[in-house]
Amino acid sequence: MFTQYKFWEPYASPYDPCPPMTVKSYSTPPQLYINFQPPGLAQFEPRAALYHGTLWKELFSPYPGPNKRGDVDE
Amino acid sequence: MWYYEKKLEYPVKVTECNPRLAKFLIEQYGGADGELAAALRYLNQRYSIPDKVIGLLTDIGTEEFAHLEMIATMIYKLTKDATPEQMEEAGLGAHYASHDNALFYHNAAGAPWTATYIQAKGDPIADLYEDIAAEEKARATYQWIINLSDDPDLNDGLKYLREREVVHSLRFREAVEILKEEKDKKVIF
Amino acid sequence: MNKVLPSEYYKLLEEIQAVDFVLVELTLYLDTHPQDYDAIEQFNLFSKQSKELKVKFEKKFGPLMQYGRSYSNYPWDWDNTPWPWQV
Repeated sequence: MFTQYKFWEPYASPYDPCPPMTVKSYSTPPQLYINFQPPGLAQFEPRAALYHGTLWKELFSPYPGPNKRGDVDE
Repeated sequence: MWYYEKKLEYPVKVTECNPRLAKFLIEQYGGADGELAAALRYLNQRYSIPDKVIGLLTDIGTEEFAHLEMIATMIYKLTKDATPEQMEEAGLGAHYASHDNALFYHNAAGAPWTATYIQAKGDPIADLYEDIAAEEKARATYQWIINLSDDPDLNDGLKYLREREVVHSLRFREAVEILKEEKDKKVIF
Repeated sequence: MNKVLPSEYYKLLEEIQAVDFVLVELTLYLDTHPQDYDAIEQFNLFSKQSKELKVKFEKKFGPLMQYGRSYSNYPWDWDNTPWPWQV
């Protein structure tokens, strides 16, 4: 399933001074997967486009992402 | 030449008087990956890039000035009526001592804006890759500022600006494809 | 300058911002897709809509642009309404 966030597990040492964050995530927004936008992509209505920050639904990247793996991010 | 339009690109709202957030936001005003750097980077690169992508650099560069005005509006609203005591509590004491409540082109740590933030290598691919990287870095900066902010209205404007970086990044990627000129000749993948 | 702007100001402005945002997006898209006929048609349609909305807005709230891009009343009314960062 396509997701806009990826997760990884940093090594945690018993000597780390801060309580470890066992899972970290980073953003992988849609532009990374679209080499060249094809014509005719589905659009938001003008007002919704303004509030999404893009005219095209497929370019919308929500932030913040899901807190954990498997949460839906849209 | 340029014309100014007396409106913001996006309706900016701020809920709380919170100069602490202004201290972070100034990063996108006068910082390395901020909107001033972006506007000046793209508009300056126009003069030595192939004609096919000059329009894009002009238009994205112009939009960056609209974003600069949005950031200025956020900072203005967050600090407009802040007292010297509030400025000091927010970590803006040093800023206040030099600038009162005036905006200034510096980053969140107080380092003034410098032309070394922007590159113009003269090589179209190198310059466009720099632009893509700049958009991704600005996107990340917006993420970190959103993580630090608990003002829902302010975050709404910041999410808009983050999304614009996504779209700009895609357009610069397309500009690279256009200059590669192999788009219709060879299918990659 | 302490007159409070009516809610209509914000409503009309938001309409303009929405239409102009579509134009920003289509402009950048067309910069890399100059052959997309449908997008150009949509662009011209929204361009017309934007101009109409601005005529309506400027009649009530004064000029949006200067250097002659908007007409002026007497006296010069460029700074009659507050500036974008103030509203």
